Amino acid sequence: MRLTLKIWRQSGPSDKGGAVTYPIEGVSEDMSFLEMLDVLNEGLIAKGEEPVAFDSDCREGICGMCGVMINGEAHGPERTTTCQLHMRSFRDGDEIVIEPWRADAFPVIKDLCVDRGSFDRIIQAGGYISANTGSAPDAHATPVPKSQADRAFMAAECIGCGACVAACPNASGMLFMGAKITHLGEFPQGQPERDARVLSMTAQHDEEGFGGCTNLGECSRACPKGIPLNVISQMNSDLLRAQRHQA
Amino acid sequence: MATSTISAGKRPRTRSILLKTVMAVTGLIFVGFILAHMYGNLMIFAGEDSFNEYAHHLREFGTPMLPESGFLWIMRITLLVSVVLHAASAFILWGRAGKARSVRYIQRRGEWATFVKRSMRWGGVALLVFVVFHLLHFTTHTINIGGTHDTPAGRLVASFGVWWAVLIYLFAVACLGMHLLHGIWSAGMTLGLNTSLDMAERLRLVSILVTVVVVVGFALPPVAIFLGLIP
Repeated sequence: MRLTLKIWRQSGPSDKGGAVTYPIEGVSEDMSFLEMLDVLNEGLIAKGEEPVAFDSDCREGICGMCGVMINGEAHGPERTTTCQLHMRSFRDGDEIVIEPWRADAFPVIKDLCVDRGSFDRIIQAGGYISANTGSAPDAHATPVPKSQADRAFMAAECIGCGACVAACPNASGMLFMGAKITHLGEFPQGQPERDARVLSMTAQHDEEGFGGCTNLGECSRACPKGIPLNVISQMNSDLLRAQRHQA
Repeated sequence: MATSTISAGKRPRTRSILLKTVMAVTGLIFVGFILAHMYGNLMIFAGEDSFNEYAHHLREFGTPMLPESGFLWIMRITLLVSVVLHAASAFILWGRAGKARSVRYIQRRGEWATFVKRSMRWGGVALLVFVVFHLLHFTTHTINIGGTHDTPAGRLVASFGVWWAVLIYLFAVACLGMHLLHGIWSAGMTLGLNTSLDMAERLRLVSILVTVVVVVGFALPPVAIFLGLIP
């Protein structure tokens, strides 16, 4: 395959940056999108140019490290992570526009790499269950109803890749946060801190500079794990409940 | 042994979810008002006398328990407070969303979502302008279209004999329809009603049904009057 890549290049956080066009040849349909970028970088290094910086780690769709905007879609045209996207999803001669996630809460570090530390700080604000360590409790000591366990697992699929923020017209992090709050809120162990969790996490989310949710659903459509929009509604109702309890 | 537990956190700015809750509650007040308003408008199909009777009865509603026009003023104040809260929250959230992405994408998909977002924001501004026009037209009679008339029904029939007045009102109804289609769904989401995939379907269905009823109900009187279908 012969392709034209239009890639965002930015040497550092303070650089203004801009799109640079690279022609690339000899791309196989069986390559993953990141392998295609590896091929491009090898060519750039051979020519003595600076390779394109992009994030990746597991390359099997479970870590949430990779993720770029491809032709205006988070993780590209398939509902999966960028590493699991393959070049067979494109056609010979295509022009592909590759940009970093755009959100002021995700500042660009270099080229396609963004700093998602704001997600970490939201988790630090309350995305956990406090427990004294010690010997592990018996697995059946606290029964969890099947339907609740299923919903918790569904929400726990979130890998924190940031595609929801990237796809959101308001750059909101509500789907990510809603997934964490729904996940922990479905468990009996999550109940004692349920109010404090939602109050603290939503405060941190807004402080990080994410926008508000307008319930358009772009996040859920972009999510490689298919997290449904109802986790946002769950978080909203948890917050209203916490406010009532506080009053 | 001490374990650090979650603290409720510090409070710098009003949470966007709470601003949205204000918008959802005031929005539902508008939906209730709009359904009642639409029902009143349809009285014109029962004849000019029924319509005048209805307009007059609005002033006597609740008397003698309430003073003359008392009910009307309670409604007006409720709606005024609601519109101020609704618009103020909307503008704050609009500003925050703008600041949340200061560098834009070169290329962007999701055209429908962007269209809906704009129709909510700019359509909302259009509705606000329309409401001012509408009050100047039928409430204070500052704007006269098609000549002056003594009765509410007379003013209604005279106004909608003018083609551009019909167009202005139909455009406003279209804006209202777009606003309701997403607004009712959005209010349900914000108030925590979307708890499952089935509930999401139902919420969508309710917002579509209410929108269709409101658009048809509001579009009928001006169109029927313009076409001379009302005696």
